[in-house]
Order: sequence, then structure tokens, then C-alpha cells
Amino acid sequence: MTQLTELTLAAARDGLASKAFSAVELATAFNKAIEAANPSLNAYVVTTPEKALEMAAASDARLKAGNAGALEGIPLGIKDLFCTEGVRATACSNILGEFKPTYESTVTSQLWRDGAVMLGKLNMDEFAMGSSNETSRFGPVVNPWKRQDGANASLTPGGSSGGSAAAVAADLCLGATATDTGGSIRQPAAFTGTVGIKPTYGRASRFGIVAFASSLDQAGPIAKTVLDSAILLESMCGHDPKDSTSLQIPVPDFAAAVARGVKGLKIGVPKEYRVDGMPEAIEKLWSDGIAWLKDAGAEIVDVSLPHTKYALPCYYIVAPAEASSNLARFDGMRFGTRVEGETLTEVYEQSRAQGFGNEVKRRILIGTYVLSAGYYDAYYLRAQRVRTKIAEDFRLAWQKCDALLTPTAPSAAFGLGEKSDDPIQMYLNDVFTVTANLAGLPGISVPAALDSQGLPLGLQVIGRALDEETVFAVAGVLEAQSGFNAKAKSWW
Amino acid sequence: MAVDANTVRRVARLARIHEPDSRLESLAGELNTILGWIEMLNEVDVEGVEPMTSAVETTLPLREDVVTDGGNSQKIVANAPRSADGFFVVPKVVE
Repeated sequence: MTQLTELTLAAARDGLASKAFSAVELATAFNKAIEAANPSLNAYVVTTPEKALEMAAASDARLKAGNAGALEGIPLGIKDLFCTEGVRATACSNILGEFKPTYESTVTSQLWRDGAVMLGKLNMDEFAMGSSNETSRFGPVVNPWKRQDGANASLTPGGSSGGSAAAVAADLCLGATATDTGGSIRQPAAFTGTVGIKPTYGRASRFGIVAFASSLDQAGPIAKTVLDSAILLESMCGHDPKDSTSLQIPVPDFAAAVARGVKGLKIGVPKEYRVDGMPEAIEKLWSDGIAWLKDAGAEIVDVSLPHTKYALPCYYIVAPAEASSNLARFDGMRFGTRVEGETLTEVYEQSRAQGFGNEVKRRILIGTYVLSAGYYDAYYLRAQRVRTKIAEDFRLAWQKCDALLTPTAPSAAFGLGEKSDDPIQMYLNDVFTVTANLAGLPGISVPAALDSQGLPLGLQVIGRALDEETVFAVAGVLEAQSGFNAKAKSWW
Repeated sequence: MAVDANTVRRVARLARIHEPDSRLESLAGELNTILGWIEMLNEVDVEGVEPMTSAVETTLPLREDVVTDGGNSQKIVANAPRSADGFFVVPKVVE
């Protein structure tokens, strides 16, 4: 029998239902795996082994009584951006100190409602600002995958949801929560050979998730398979009166859509996503993806999204502007760490200077600058107009196709420290993912090939607003046709 | 619109982040690099284009104007750096 930790979420659910093993046995296996692996991978910043066993015991009782939920007994990891009652949540920033929320985020409360079991909190870039996990107060997560060149370099799992992606890839949970503001679910999924989906803006409640850029932030899962991600997403989504931007529409049966197939669908290939210097392996994967979908009965159409190249600069006005406003609440008064001083202003300025890391400060300063008197029109308002043009590109594309196929990221996982000196090089990681955030559209990353160094690469599917089902259908075909089943070889 | 050390000092003050004088020049350089890259947006013709304010077209819902929650003062101050009797304790601001 395979180790319990190596099961997919769907297989574990079947095993629990057929009493092949208990939820307590499953949680125990994960507790042990985490204890052994975490010193090397640094994926978890808090572990909650006792809570896991307690929740698993309650799951076993419900399984026995025949009233199991959709995720009964399934052990999950939670990104540190989510508030979890009584369990430290810091967004991996020093400014939150030892903050223990006295309430639960809506998304995690829905997972517990459905019977899931909590293993701990997962590492991430500070306030989700980063693409490599290097801005975390707890140090970066190490990618379970290694290059095959024998040099044994430590690679980034991507970011900001690097802990979530690494934990799933290394079998340290059956699935994880994550969030995506510019690519923070999809890029780490691509770097670790896992599946990650960001739903349509408004599908999942943002209540209890530490806010970064409120018009872009969305929660979603990272999981081992497309089906697992669909099962998790269904539980995470739904209307919440506590988030005024959460949509009042029913959540479809996402899992059923995975096997729907692509016969008769039109898949758009945007020419602007072919960027200079893209590695050959990614070019090849993209053409393979096109061929797989064609084989499965889809029609491929060329489309143009002419404003694509403006998406990242647009994002680097909108996101820092919203962040500078959201992060104003961290002032050392009500929660987190306070640095005492002579005057109130000094307390604010010193608490924030010492509490925030350099990347977060840089973004707050940019955001404050672009919103400040005299610059608002030139920067912020112009960016919001460009954002309208980017969303219009997609609206026009949907007249010709049902979903778009692109690479997820412009490279495979890179080495820790390789890009940390140049912010713009780091920002370019999100070149293919950020457009979906600006337009509010659902996007998934599916692992579909290994490059010449043996590192995983992902394909991205972007769909119409609220059409996650088509996204899952296309992703299901890519997963099946690619036959991708590679795993990182354990060294931890 | 190049940013200089004085602008950085002013913006840092607005953002309530202390930046020592020794950091202002290098921060100005970093911000200018990023702002220079962002200037690319000036190429886009946005004449007559409405600014996007929401990713999905929807109207903000209204709820009944009634109390739905409360009586949680101990929970609210539970994480305060300093608190007393269910209040936040902050530096004196009124003489």
C-alpha cells in the first residue's frame, strides 16, 4: 500500500469512507511527515499536531455516525495570511508579532464546516508581496524540487504562496489554502508541479484574510490534482455577508466539470504571451498543450490581447496604492508589535519602520506616492483606465473563444537569491498571471512537463468570469493528456 | 517626475514609516527605477475610458441597518500591545 501521505485528496476521501484507514491515522501520518521534513523545507511556520488529532477524532466520529462532510478527515495546510482562531497568524510579517486571531476567516471556517483537519500555518512572502518567498519573516521555503545538474542549489518554490505549494508537493498535506493577487497561487503551483486555481473575483470571501490589494486578492486552493483542487474550491467559495464584494450566486459542482472534456470548445492562444527569451522548454510545452487540446476535440483560435504588456506596470500602481491604504492599520496600537517613543507619531513611524520588511516598505512608499496630491491623476487614475482596457481585451477575446491557454510563468523555479537584488526582474515572474487578477477572471495552473533540468513547468488556463467549470474541463484534459505524474525526489 | 531624497522623506512621513537620512538617496533610486518602468502606461490612449473600479460588474448590496454583533471588547483588545479595562492604551495625544 502507498504511504497515506502520498494519496490524492480524492483517494484519501475514498479510503476514509471505506474505512481502509481512520482520520486519526491519516492525521498522524501527516504530523510525522511534517516533523521530519519541515526543518529542511521550512514550509510550515506553525504546526498544530494536537489540534489535527482532535479534529481527526471528531471526523472519525462523524464518519462512523454516517454524517461526514465533503472534506471529512482531510488534513490541510493553511496559508499564514488566513486568520485562524487561537492559532498565530502573522502574514509572515514582524509587525504582527504573535497575533492570535480571536475569529476565523470565512474560507477556513467553511473548510472546517465540511470536516477538514488543520495541520498548521504555511510560510509565504510578507503580506503576500513577493514571488520567491524571500520576504518572509521566517526565511524562505525551499522548493522540494532540485535541478539535475548535481549542484544541489536550493530553489524557490515561488511566491507568495510558496509554503502552500511546497507542502503539497512534498506530501506534507493533502491540499492547502492560498491567495492570489498577481499570480501568488498559480506561479508557485507551476514551480512545484502542483495544481493551483484562482477563482473569479468575488467567488470566495475575503473576510478574515489579511488584505493586500482588495480589488485583486482572491483565495483559492493548491492541490495535487485538478480534481482535488475542484473539491477544495467548491468548499472555499460561496456568498458571505461579511464581504460586500462576495457574489450572491450559487457555487456550481466544480468537481463534475473536471471530466467534462473539451469537445467543441474554442481555445484561444494569445500571441502577446510569446515573450522574448522564453525558455525553449516552455515554448514546447505550450505547443504540446495546444496539440493535446486539439486531439481532445477543441478548436484552436489565435487571439490578441494587445494591452498585455501594460498589465504589470498597471498592477504596480494599483496594488501598492491599495496596499498602502490597507496596511495603514498596522500602527502598533491595536495588535502586533509596538515600538515605544516620545510622541504618537514617533510610535507609529518606529513601529512601522521596524515591523515591515524592505519590500513591503518599498510598496507602501510607491503606493503613498502615486496616491499623493498632484500625482493621483497621472498615476492611479491612469492605471485604472488602463485596467479597463486590459479587461476589454478579454471581453473581445471571449467573442472568439471559450478559454485561453498560456504558459503560467516565464521560467522554471529559480535559485534562492538569484533575483532578489532587482525588484523589476522579480515582478516579471507574474507577467502571464497578473492579467487575470486585473480583469477579475479565473485562472488555473496545471503541471504538464519537466524541463531539461527535471524541473516542473505549468500551463495556465484563463476563463470567462464565473466560468470556472470550463477552466476545470480544459485543465482536466491537459492533466490527462500530458500524463504528468512526476514527484520531487525526497532529500528532506 | 523624478523622485529625490526630499520627496522620499515627505512620502515616508505621509506613510508613517521612519526612514533614516542615510537611506533616502538609495530609496529614491529604487523608486525612480520602478516609476520609470511604470511610465510605459503613458503610451496607452485612455481618452474617454472609464476607470475600472470593480473586477466584476455588480452593485454593492445594502443590509438592514441593525446591530448584528457586539459585546466583544475582551476579544477585540486581546492582541493589543497595551490595554486596560477593555480599552486600548495609547500614547498621550492631548495635552
